[in-house]
Amino acid sequence: MEINLLLLFMIAAAVIAVAVKDLLSSVIAVGAVGIGLSMAFLVMKAPDLAIMQLVVEILSLIILIRATIRKDLPFSTSGRWAFNTVSTVIFLAVFLAFAYFSFAGIHKFGSPLMRVSQEYLSQAQARTGIQNVIAAITLNYRAIDTLGEAAALFTAVVGVLTVARKIWRREDAKYESR
Amino acid sequence: MNPVKSPEKGMTLIVKAVTKLTLGFILLYGIYITLNGHIAPGGGFVGGVIMALALVHIMLAFGKEISLKWLHAYTLRITMAAAVLLFLCGVMLGYPKWIFKNEFVLPLCEMVIVGAGLFAIFVALVLASKTDKQAE
Repeated sequence: MEINLLLLFMIAAAVIAVAVKDLLSSVIAVGAVGIGLSMAFLVMKAPDLAIMQLVVEILSLIILIRATIRKDLPFSTSGRWAFNTVSTVIFLAVFLAFAYFSFAGIHKFGSPLMRVSQEYLSQAQARTGIQNVIAAITLNYRAIDTLGEAAALFTAVVGVLTVARKIWRREDAKYESR
Repeated sequence: MNPVKSPEKGMTLIVKAVTKLTLGFILLYGIYITLNGHIAPGGGFVGGVIMALALVHIMLAFGKEISLKWLHAYTLRITMAAAVLLFLCGVMLGYPKWIFKNEFVLPLCEMVIVGAGLFAIFVALVLASKTDKQAE
């Protein structure tokens, strides 16, 4: 089933790569074919080939872009209002369909959401061996949630401190003094 | 001249700063995949392509002149020729135990050959393009 979907995606991307007039779009469509082939290798239980296909695909995509396109192409969006409108409407329809099917699985308003919490309450003492149920839940189940939040915050802090550090200012002073 | 803040060469300041910090980790990951090729997915070829991608990453982020000042083509050629000669000597002598011990030297040789070769292809494409000749 998944292999058929991937093959359909790859065939569509290859047709786009042949038919489109813009060179950059054609190269990106070729890259989409390679990514689909890598996922197909992964579905067919060959992770070694999947890694090799992915890495070589990235390198060849960079070389293709560097070799075929000499200058940065201006993105001309004039005269394509029909294509843009149709694609926007299609993506909105897909998004709304997925949203409908995902909201259909949520409980109705007012009904108690006690499926997960009831399992915590009934299983916490037997699984963790702690007498205090509140401490068991906060230190075992909720701590994983807190770990994810801390990872997101840490990523943001590292990203800001990477760009805005004092060392850059010191290096700038060093280069300006020369 | 500051290589980080020269605006017209390479990409923006954010890309250059992040590249300076993460380059070592990318090279380390390439070596890890190379040395674990016999028990995990990966191997010498994939590790070499990851090393070549890291070098291409330097060239795309910092521009042509500064990168070629750091990475001399002479060093690249010497290491690649040494790896090829070691590999060839091992093949001629019939894989002796004192060179090819514990799946360690052979993947490293393959990594150096593949990485240096693919990066040399990229550098040749960059240096032989039409716009650079017009600029000169």
